[in-house]
Amino acid sequence: MRTFYGTELSNPLMLGTAQYPSPAILEQAFRDSGAGVATVSLRREGGAGQTFWQMIQDLGVLILPNTAGCHTVKEAVTTAHMAREVFDTKWIKLELIGHTDSLQPDVFQLVEAARILTEDGFQVFPYTTDDLIVGERLLEAGCEVLMPWGAPIGSGRGLNNEYALRAMRAEFPDVPLVVDAGIGLPSHASHAMELGYDAVLLNTAVARAGEPQLMAKAMALAVEAGRLAHEADPIEARDMAEASTPVIGKAFLS
Amino acid sequence: MKIVLNGEPREVAAETLTALLDECGFSGRVATAVNEDFVPSSLRAGHRLNDGDRVEVLAPMQGG
Repeated sequence: MRTFYGTELSNPLMLGTAQYPSPAILEQAFRDSGAGVATVSLRREGGAGQTFWQMIQDLGVLILPNTAGCHTVKEAVTTAHMAREVFDTKWIKLELIGHTDSLQPDVFQLVEAARILTEDGFQVFPYTTDDLIVGERLLEAGCEVLMPWGAPIGSGRGLNNEYALRAMRAEFPDVPLVVDAGIGLPSHASHAMELGYDAVLLNTAVARAGEPQLMAKAMALAVEAGRLAHEADPIEARDMAEASTPVIGKAFLS
Repeated sequence: MKIVLNGEPREVAAETLTALLDECGFSGRVATAVNEDFVPSSLRAGHRLNDGDRVEVLAPMQGG
């Protein structure tokens, strides 16, 4: 199994912590899914931060802070430094938003920020598009993980461009790859894993489901099923039928 | 002096960042920035505030 900056995940599901109906449901979603990583953020302290921090620690999962909402290199780099101090981790999910409606990453600033942060000793998990050349540039900048989007954040559309994600897997066979964002259903998560991705990062699909704990469990089963399917070397699809029951020995009855 | 704390104008007596956090009741895990630059916790005590400074005090929060 590919490792993330030397760390092996207990479970290829990375789960966000935002938008749950209550902290208790968030906690239950993590327990029921066994998710190995929790994404978190930094926001202005309004009194709730310390309680949240305690709860996250009690989950006993790896913490991946993000730079969500950052639009400039300077803003993202400063946020990353603040996150490293607060969460006591070198890991940073680097988000540099380039478009207001699609939340598409600004890949030019992303590469620049990734280089700066790597030089500062961070272990960067870049939220990127499925562009191969951007992927190459991110690796050159020092990233050892790539996180292409499946679809826009929160859209639940699944894998918008399977071809591109497949090409990315083929182009970077040794790099840990995560489909981050756009997952709506367990079938989407399973699909990503079937393509050979190493993990799936999702939030809205679970947190906004009618029963988040159930959906968390469903996602965990889906990523596991997809992972096993990939290892099992699936058959190729074909256009015409191919009988699976032997023809030889069939009785003559007509 | 007058500063802007987490986007809100404030009149404070504190002269350093550490004193400001005490005065405004912040404790636990927070990260600080002054005028858009990160100030590590180890440097807060020596970081003198100036009139008009923009101070951000951030804490762990839910995220995706």
